[in-house]
Amino acid sequence: MGLLDYFRSSRPKGSANVAKERLQILVAHDRTQRGRPSYLPKLQQEILEVIRKYVEVDMNAVSVKYEQEDSHEVLELNIVLPDTAEGRI
Amino acid sequence: MQGWATDHPILEAATLARIIVITSGKGGVGKTTTSAALAMGLAQRGHRTVVIDFDVGLRNLDLIMGCERRVVYDFVNVINQEANLNQALIRDKRCDNLYVLPASQTRDKDALTKEGVGRVLEELAHGYDFIVCDSPAGIEHGATMAMYYADDAIVVTNPEVSSVRDSDRMLGILSSKSRRAESNEEPIREFLLLTRYDPARVEKGEMLSVDDVQEILSLTLIGVIPESKSVLTASNSGVPVVLDRESDAGKAYADTVARYLGDEVPHRFLQVEKKGFLKRFFRG
Repeated sequence: MGLLDYFRSSRPKGSANVAKERLQILVAHDRTQRGRPSYLPKLQQEILEVIRKYVEVDMNAVSVKYEQEDSHEVLELNIVLPDTAEGRI
Repeated sequence: MQGWATDHPILEAATLARIIVITSGKGGVGKTTTSAALAMGLAQRGHRTVVIDFDVGLRNLDLIMGCERRVVYDFVNVINQEANLNQALIRDKRCDNLYVLPASQTRDKDALTKEGVGRVLEELAHGYDFIVCDSPAGIEHGATMAMYYADDAIVVTNPEVSSVRDSDRMLGILSSKSRRAESNEEPIREFLLLTRYDPARVEKGEMLSVDDVQEILSLTLIGVIPESKSVLTASNSGVPVVLDRESDAGKAYADTVARYLGDEVPHRFLQVEKKGFLKRFFRG
């Protein structure tokens, strides 16, 4: 590789690459949202309310994952409980 | 590209029209230009074609088709049974196989009812080979009505982030909110039409390439229309750009029509045209 080539290839090749990367992430994210049932946000909210009756957790402590596989759907709930005893009511 | 061409119902026995929606989500990407070009192209190839403007309140297809002064009744009049189809359809003066059904300029988009649109399309389906539905921008009522009954969708996309994203959004709607999706029929065939493509800017890395857009949307590519001055010239004079056989855009649209009908046509205008000194000197 010549010196000239080195400079050429190391320089970012315009903004199209940035556009492509951003779009790939965005489209992948949009697509995961698409197949989801519309009740998910409300479900998440209500689960959180129930948990907060017993444990002090913040809004981001519950994550709801919804995945669609060939024959079935998987609803995955992940709840992060506080590790100190003080968090308990 | 070949798989779908062979089982094309129209090419076997002319029964019911194939309904094609020209859609995009984003505005200003070339839906109406494409609708006019595709409809004219299909008609010129001998297929009885009607092109319908679904942009109620902001009609423009009549202008692009050059028949704006011949509009008497419109799509909404037909839906409301204030006029029959024969009164509202405008026969193109350049091609006997082509008819235009203009949108209403004064009504509200809600005038398009699912039943009403279905009834009009049903009636047209018996007399035509192709029904081209020019969708309004957005994902509101007019756009969903334009795609609801479609058999095929041409998703018009510019090599630009917001257009690509909106196209992807539109694909989601096509696969969930159409008649075919609701009745569990074979899904709408979706095609990508890339418009306003500038190979010089792609080469410099300033613009998403055909491959980039295809990789993101993973759709069958039906055509690439290069950025061209002839598109504005054509709309200025109310002539579908496909009739301008001298222009790149006109040729690219003619290729697109051929591909839609099942011909195998290589994509053109994807590379920067290498101009010799003399050509550069004389043609600018």
